[in-house]
Amino acid sequence: MKNNRLQGEGRINRNRPLNFIFNGKSYQGFEGDTLASALLANDVHLVARSWKYHRPRGILGSGAEEPNAIVQLEKGRLTVPNARATQVELYEGLQASSVNCWPGLEFDFLSINSLFSRLMPSGFYYKTFMWPKKLWMSYEHVIRKASGLGVSPELPDPDRYEKTYAHCDVLIIGAGPAGLMAALAAGKMSARVMLVDEQSEFGGSMLHSNETINGQPAQDWVSDTCEELASMQEVKLLPRSSAFGYHDYNFVTINERLTDHLPTGQKTGGRERLWKVRAKQVVLATGALERPLVFANNDRPGVMLSSAVMQYVNRYAVAVGQEIVIFTNNDSAYETAMTLLEAGLKVIAIIDNRINPGSSMADQLRSEGVKIIDQSVVVDVKGSKRINAVQVMSLQPGGDKVTGSVQTIACDLLAMSGGWSPVIHLSSQSGAKACWDDEKACFLPGVPIQHERSAGASNGCFDLKNCLSEGMLAGNEAAQQCGFEVDASIQLPVVNEVIFNRIKPLWLVPSMFKAGRGPKQFVDMQNDVAASDIMLAAREGYHSVEHVKRYTALGFGTDQGKIGNINGMAILAQSLQQNISETGTTTFRPNYTPVTIGSIAGMNLGGELFEPVRKTAMHGWHKQEGAEFENVGQWKRPWYYPRAGESMLDAVNRECLATRNSVGIIDASTLGKIIIEGKDSGEFLNRLYTNAWKKLDINKARYGFMLGEDGMVMDDGVTIRLEENKYFMHTTTGGAAPVFSWMERWLQTEWPELEVFLTSVTDHWATAAVVGPNSRKVVSAVCEGIDFDAQAFPFMSSREGLVNGIEARINRISFSGELAYEVNVPANYGLQMWESLMAAGEQYDITPYGTESMHVLRAEKGYVIVGQDTDGSVTPVDLGMDWVVSKVKDFIGRRSLYREDCVREGRKQLVGLLTLNGSDVLPEGGQIVEDPNASIPIPMIGHVTSSYYSANLGYSIAMALVKGGLSRMGETVHIPLADGKVIAAKISSSIFYDADGEKQNV
Amino acid sequence: MLQIPCPWCGIRDESEFSYGGEAHITRPLNSENLTDEEWADYLFMRKNTRGAFLEQWQHAQGCRRWFNIQRDTVSYKISASYKVGEQPPQGMGNEK
Ligand SMILES: [Zn+2]
Repeated sequence: MKNNRLQGEGRINRNRPLNFIFNGKSYQGFEGDTLASALLANDVHLVARSWKYHRPRGILGSGAEEPNAIVQLEKGRLTVPNARATQVELYEGLQASSVNCWPGLEFDFLSINSLFSRLMPSGFYYKTFMWPKKLWMSYEHVIRKASGLGVSPELPDPDRYEKTYAHCDVLIIGAGPAGLMAALAAGKMSARVMLVDEQSEFGGSMLHSNETINGQPAQDWVSDTCEELASMQEVKLLPRSSAFGYHDYNFVTINERLTDHLPTGQKTGGRERLWKVRAKQVVLATGALERPLVFANNDRPGVMLSSAVMQYVNRYAVAVGQEIVIFTNNDSAYETAMTLLEAGLKVIAIIDNRINPGSSMADQLRSEGVKIIDQSVVVDVKGSKRINAVQVMSLQPGGDKVTGSVQTIACDLLAMSGGWSPVIHLSSQSGAKACWDDEKACFLPGVPIQHERSAGASNGCFDLKNCLSEGMLAGNEAAQQCGFEVDASIQLPVVNEVIFNRIKPLWLVPSMFKAGRGPKQFVDMQNDVAASDIMLAAREGYHSVEHVKRYTALGFGTDQGKIGNINGMAILAQSLQQNISETGTTTFRPNYTPVTIGSIAGMNLGGELFEPVRKTAMHGWHKQEGAEFENVGQWKRPWYYPRAGESMLDAVNRECLATRNSVGIIDASTLGKIIIEGKDSGEFLNRLYTNAWKKLDINKARYGFMLGEDGMVMDDGVTIRLEENKYFMHTTTGGAAPVFSWMERWLQTEWPELEVFLTSVTDHWATAAVVGPNSRKVVSAVCEGIDFDAQAFPFMSSREGLVNGIEARINRISFSGELAYEVNVPANYGLQMWESLMAAGEQYDITPYGTESMHVLRAEKGYVIVGQDTDGSVTPVDLGMDWVVSKVKDFIGRRSLYREDCVREGRKQLVGLLTLNGSDVLPEGGQIVEDPNASIPIPMIGHVTSSYYSANLGYSIAMALVKGGLSRMGETVHIPLADGKVIAAKISSSIFYDADGEKQNV
Repeated sequence: MLQIPCPWCGIRDESEFSYGGEAHITRPLNSENLTDEEWADYLFMRKNTRGAFLEQWQHAQGCRRWFNIQRDTVSYKISASYKVGEQPPQGMGNEK
């Protein structure tokens, strides 16, 4: 195997060789390598197939911008899809494979797409596969296989993710020369500073620079500066941390990778940490990304960004080629040429589109035998899985056409530079509007909207001297804005001054072919968008960048347009004969680079911490009895208590029969409970509930409905008057928090004159409802100090007494139509109370029942459950419950009850349904029609809201909302099911059992 | 994420608050005498202001007080925060 490792030092540790596997083959790299640099050191250039044409692709860049080298890391639970090989730090035992090549990288079956590429213009998949619609699903399957990126893991993520909040004076994003200088300045002023950088090492471009600072190699200045920063108490350094979102009010989200660089066995603790930073001031020193040049076959392996080539040589000591041609429109590539020569590699020629691009570097290169071919361009390359030559042509004066003959130059690497794009993503996210700079041929950060400023290359400043001074200025200014004084002792480091010649924009390299003909000139390699696609989109009438982006897929994918967007926009502008500022730029949105779902979810990712779990005082008892639980909001409620061999239906039938025939017991602790007190509490209830409250006697209970101001039922429950000015309100389990907030809101915003105080006491009380003909015997055996005589303690009243010597409140109320008592004790005594009731009930075979039986029992009586039989569009009148609505006083929602829409004919009303075949149980949510044989679409007249088998009645019962239902009694309707079966049912009263209510008045 | 100044507690993160929509909508006392249109105007109609807007918030995870702020719906800049019952800043109001 060929070894491309150079003699030079680089920043790798040759004493720490690391073994890794790529596409099943074993290789070796060193500590300090990225996966990309290690692959290149092993002469692996071909790393991917493109998503649409399946063209062979190589490593193009060296960082977050990389569009091609997208890999799947590891396997099984630890697998990570779509990692950029250029950002993956190498570790011992790393396993990676290419995404997007099926069946394999070397022979890719789908590369046949490549031969037909002229038939696959932009929008191809949409245009071809969208019709007929019925087939879309099967097409989609094939397309996904052909075009997907990595594979998402199928097993739960075993890693832990953390979140943390931080506040600082100055947040500096990017630790290149400008960022380091800014941190130094602000740090010396004693500001609280955070410095973050996505790489493992601070230094940015200085890590591979040839320049000197204060007479020392730039790398030495970086380590000295980092050391000084680390010694400052108020400075926090965060390497391996990507600032990916800049939100309102200087809120910046940062993802810190804690263990990704460690071997699989050594990853301990959390994998990633999400920092939520609120910074007083922000300095954006995010650098710049180099642009490719757009010429035929510019996507072939062996064509790389010039800065990446330099970085691989200097930082990783990897010769990415031996015989190198450089193609550029600006001076920065000349530095790459110098680097290559210094490393002993052969630079054959520099192709420059400018006229006589003279600089001190150019002169030096010429003297070392490098041919500088000016006014020329690379029009095409030769070679498929690795280039072997470039084809060069001269430019006509004016520069928009080529002329003369084609010169072929043999080489194994082409380093290209199309100029630099400042990384203005975070600036744009913060709200600043990017502006185009003609001279520098790039977008610059706009006028700050938030407390931020850009410095260095991200501000369009491309020379080291000015990067350092901009950084210092930004650090000073940011800390000053936070109230700190500038430290006069700080000095700018001394660097050599370099004079740069002006860039000559070259958005689309002219060729001998007519526009849109000839081999593809790629703009966005990850999405296989070529210049011809953008020109086609323009011809087809797409003139907005945002539309072209969606039509061609330009700028989608993991790199989010970091490589292609500016070239693409400029080509669109040319096609539309506009300038770039007229064409505009797309808005950059978070995230700057992909962020794992795990990081965003944090500790809430699945499991017990996803949401708080609320358990009643008797929860352990229910569990021990084998109860199945149901989630009701955050509460765990017993659903039913199956005995050995029982199905759910068996258990529910047994529970319902036992309750109606003897006695049952249910844990009702979860119902919302609110104490309302103060001299105006009666008046407040009058306004809140549809019925009247002021005349309710002390220790009496009343059922009430709460409406929204729109007249629709919002919550219901029983409220008890405890004292003259004190009430105890029950809400539904789910309604406890919203109802409490609702009451607070009215009291604070609309009726501040009312003297009312609210206390939520839901968790303070444990409640057992003892239900059934034997309930009085059970409860009276346990409760002392109360006369349980039917007349002395009538229905809808409340008494205080003792249970095992503990204060208790007993309410004689019923949600089943049976004689029933709700026993409340302070929550800590709940289990003791429950066990006493169970012991006292033993002789009556007292049966614990869950929410399912509770639902059946209340449905037998036609009692509604708000949120199940109502859905926010139902008034009390629709429920046939006008009796609970006062005709004489005002209350929230009253006026709405006689809005035109609320009194019209044909509103849906609550009725009962009895299936003609009593053993058919309707599905809840089932749609109701008059004639199941009517032509489709069949008019629907309502839906089933509740439906059960009633063991007490021996047949099924249901409740439904049906248009004009109350005047349809006895009519037969039909409920078509998904399997084609149709069930017929008769509309009935919704009270199915004990219509006269005799059972609770005993 | 906004930072919202609670008149009782000071500046806190938006995640501590819940939104309550347009401020200074008074509940009509004589609803009996209102036409359906007039009642619907109170009930349903809300402005969709571009620019300075007076709105209600509750410090739900804090003191649980309702209060009003003036917020620019374009820049999200909050320029005033005041208690329920107090008047909005001079010259401000959610005009009809
Ligand atoms: Zn507060």
